[in-house]
Amino acid sequence: MKQQNLIREIFSGNAVIPIFAVLASLVFGGVLIAFANEEVQEASGYFFSRPGDTISAVLNSVFGAYDALFRGSIFNYQASSASGMIKPLTETLAFATPITLAGLGLAVSFRSGLFNIGAQGQIIFGAMFAAYVGLSFELPFLIHMPMAVLAGLLGGALWGGLVGLLKATTGANEVVVTIMFNYVALLLLTYLLKTPVFQAPNQVNPISSPVAESSRLPGILGDGFRLHFGLVIMLTMVVVVWWLMHRSSIGFQFRALGYNPSAARTAGINIPLTYILVMAVSGGLAGMAGASQVLGADRQLTVGISATFGFDAITVALLGRNNPFGVLAAGILFGGLRSGAVLMQANQGVPVDIVLVVQSTIVLFIAAPPLVRSLFRLPKPKAVQA
Amino acid sequence: MRLELKGITKKFGDFTANDQIDLVAESGEIHCLLGENGAGKSTLMNVLYGLYQADGGEIVLDGKPTKFAGPGEAMQAGIGMVHQHFMLIPVFTVAENVILGHEPTKGLGFLDVEKARELVREISSRFGFDIDPDAVVGELPVGVQQRVEIIKALISDAQVLIFDEPTAVLTPQETDELMQIMRQLRDEGKAIVFITHKLREVKEVADKITVIRLGKVVGQAKPSDTTEQLASMMVGREVDLSVHKEQAKLGDASFQVQNLTAFSPQGNKVLDDVSFEVQRGEIFVIAGVQGNGQTELAESILGIQDKVSGSIKLEGKELLGKSVKKVLDSGVGFVPEDRTEDGLVADFTIAENLMLDRSDRPPFAKGIQLQLKTLYEFAEEKLKSYDIRARSIFSKASQLSGGNQQKVVLARELSRDLKLLIASQPTRGLDVGSIEFVHEQIVEARDSGIPVVIIATELDEATQLGDRVAVMYKGKIVGIVSPETPREELGKLMAGISA
Repeated sequence: MKQQNLIREIFSGNAVIPIFAVLASLVFGGVLIAFANEEVQEASGYFFSRPGDTISAVLNSVFGAYDALFRGSIFNYQASSASGMIKPLTETLAFATPITLAGLGLAVSFRSGLFNIGAQGQIIFGAMFAAYVGLSFELPFLIHMPMAVLAGLLGGALWGGLVGLLKATTGANEVVVTIMFNYVALLLLTYLLKTPVFQAPNQVNPISSPVAESSRLPGILGDGFRLHFGLVIMLTMVVVVWWLMHRSSIGFQFRALGYNPSAARTAGINIPLTYILVMAVSGGLAGMAGASQVLGADRQLTVGISATFGFDAITVALLGRNNPFGVLAAGILFGGLRSGAVLMQANQGVPVDIVLVVQSTIVLFIAAPPLVRSLFRLPKPKAVQA
Repeated sequence: MRLELKGITKKFGDFTANDQIDLVAESGEIHCLLGENGAGKSTLMNVLYGLYQADGGEIVLDGKPTKFAGPGEAMQAGIGMVHQHFMLIPVFTVAENVILGHEPTKGLGFLDVEKARELVREISSRFGFDIDPDAVVGELPVGVQQRVEIIKALISDAQVLIFDEPTAVLTPQETDELMQIMRQLRDEGKAIVFITHKLREVKEVADKITVIRLGKVVGQAKPSDTTEQLASMMVGREVDLSVHKEQAKLGDASFQVQNLTAFSPQGNKVLDDVSFEVQRGEIFVIAGVQGNGQTELAESILGIQDKVSGSIKLEGKELLGKSVKKVLDSGVGFVPEDRTEDGLVADFTIAENLMLDRSDRPPFAKGIQLQLKTLYEFAEEKLKSYDIRARSIFSKASQLSGGNQQKVVLARELSRDLKLLIASQPTRGLDVGSIEFVHEQIVEARDSGIPVVIIATELDEATQLGDRVAVMYKGKIVGIVSPETPREELGKLMAGISA
């Protein structure tokens, strides 16, 4: 119960907090960029004789880095062709697709009071199921592609639902179980990629053959771009999740469970069953992220299929305040950070890790106040009370 | 000693909890602070005790203006408080609890427990408390724990004693004994501030009465004033404290509980062979001091109590062993004891709360698609017919007063097709106006011809509302009596002495 209160508190609070958290993290990232910059270090050596040098070096490094981040993620005004100019934005959206899908899944579970940390494992399971269907059959596109996507959904739903089942029957803590399940899923994937189940024939590396053409998510803007049909699925799911949580009786029961489990129980809501359902829906959405990677982005199964999308998704759900549209916005932001970081490193020599630091500090800024309060058992700031 | 509060004002944001309150407590006097829940009594006392800082006004002690930065300073100045919820450490002994905060030491800072024991013995014999200083507090009955709190206050030489709703957890006998102790303290020259909303107690023990309403002092009253006069001062309008009901028109005994026995997760017997029958058109009250198995009885009927055996039959159908959903669907209306915890989802709107137990079926859902239009019409109608005071049906339940929250719960439960109504302490913490309303609704439910089971801890409520009263003690029903049974006898039953 205490854990649930903490979760609830992290996700409540003022709606502008996420925006300020992002801004504050970018400022913090800027400080780090300046410190790590060689010219700044050099100029600060004679700071007292010519302070202007240091200041201009700082400004150069920070603005240079963030300019590259912008060009790498949104609009490259320096590109020579129109397609080159919009390419960064399509890259951003391509990255945003799996992050948002998994983020939607986590938002569903967080709203329902379950702290699902297992998107990473659920993505992997979704990817494996989708890859299996994509590799094993030859079917017409209109059947094969949807079937492979649904297989991904099913894989994630099973892997997530299993956690719900364990919680419902044994009372196991979902945080612990999902974290362990992440390892189980990754190790299973690594193992299966070395067996004929997935490993491509005549391969020594743990890589599968490309999935069948008919199972692939088609590209959207043509061959020059990585953007694929997964984006459409993702946008559809944003609306579906919104409908599910706010316009369906299932979502109503999910939210009732999340806000007040004992009132939900008293009102006749089947708590164990709801645990399983929540985790299955949550895992299913993460599973679709996995399917989207296998069938759209990578078109084959690899050990790194889930990248760190499952963990980014936690931050994205947090940043989006568990609101599907908020999650979409946060997902695009994270996609942008990811695609922009590449150019930032190539152009300005700023390590990609800076982006990781920015992402992590966002979490800290949002989650820390209630977390610190809970750790040290400090009282909540007093609101209006009678 | 003379304690004066002059023009105390305390604001929380825009909300003024205390507005220019004056109060004088003098040695040898019991001063009652009478007001409804939420009138600002506890806030005022927390200001006095240093837990809150006043935004205006001053505290004058024996002519000297004083300021307390915290309870420690208040205690040092001679103010002691017996809290509504006891501030004792259950695993400590009486002596250890009593000296907590100002531990007597000897030599190199070793605790002088012997001295603590002596002090406890001395005070306890002066007041006839009969308390063993080495008893572990958690194992003592609630009434005795309260005495430990009193000793604690006396040991730090308190001259002003504040009792904050001290009788909420006591049996009628314990309440009478507490009154006696208060008189004795007064006669020893202590100044006593007694905070309560129970009129009977005020009339019995008060020397002076100050009535506050909505954070303001509305006037002084005399103990000789009638209960009705006191109540109307407290509420601000004429009130009728009696429950109006016609002679019950009894039908067959459609609700039967037989040999119900249940165990707590720790393995203690919480229900011990409970059997009773309730007829259609009858209000059956289960009275008793809180914690004697009433909660478990209600939860057994609802189907959320584990390890329970026996039989619960409604219109011949067995309820025991069924899921909560099935129990509710078979026509059981349930008003839980703790409405904020079990009755409502605080973060949901009024409308959402009104469909909490029916969100998956018509008229509120078609398939899994919620029918929000139907829900909103339903909610608007209930808002009017139950006079729920809220800005709109989209106000969150957490923004409502206790009375209005209870109205939401009642509106939801009574709008189903009921065959049985169970209400646990339906008026707990409500203001007089809401109590009237809730009682009316319960009587109306009875008159519609269903059996009604009420769990009550207040004896007045039990006897006024009930057509029959069963008394529970330690998980057993120790007697089923008529509501006309004299108070003393009911009190004895509640203390486990069967007639």
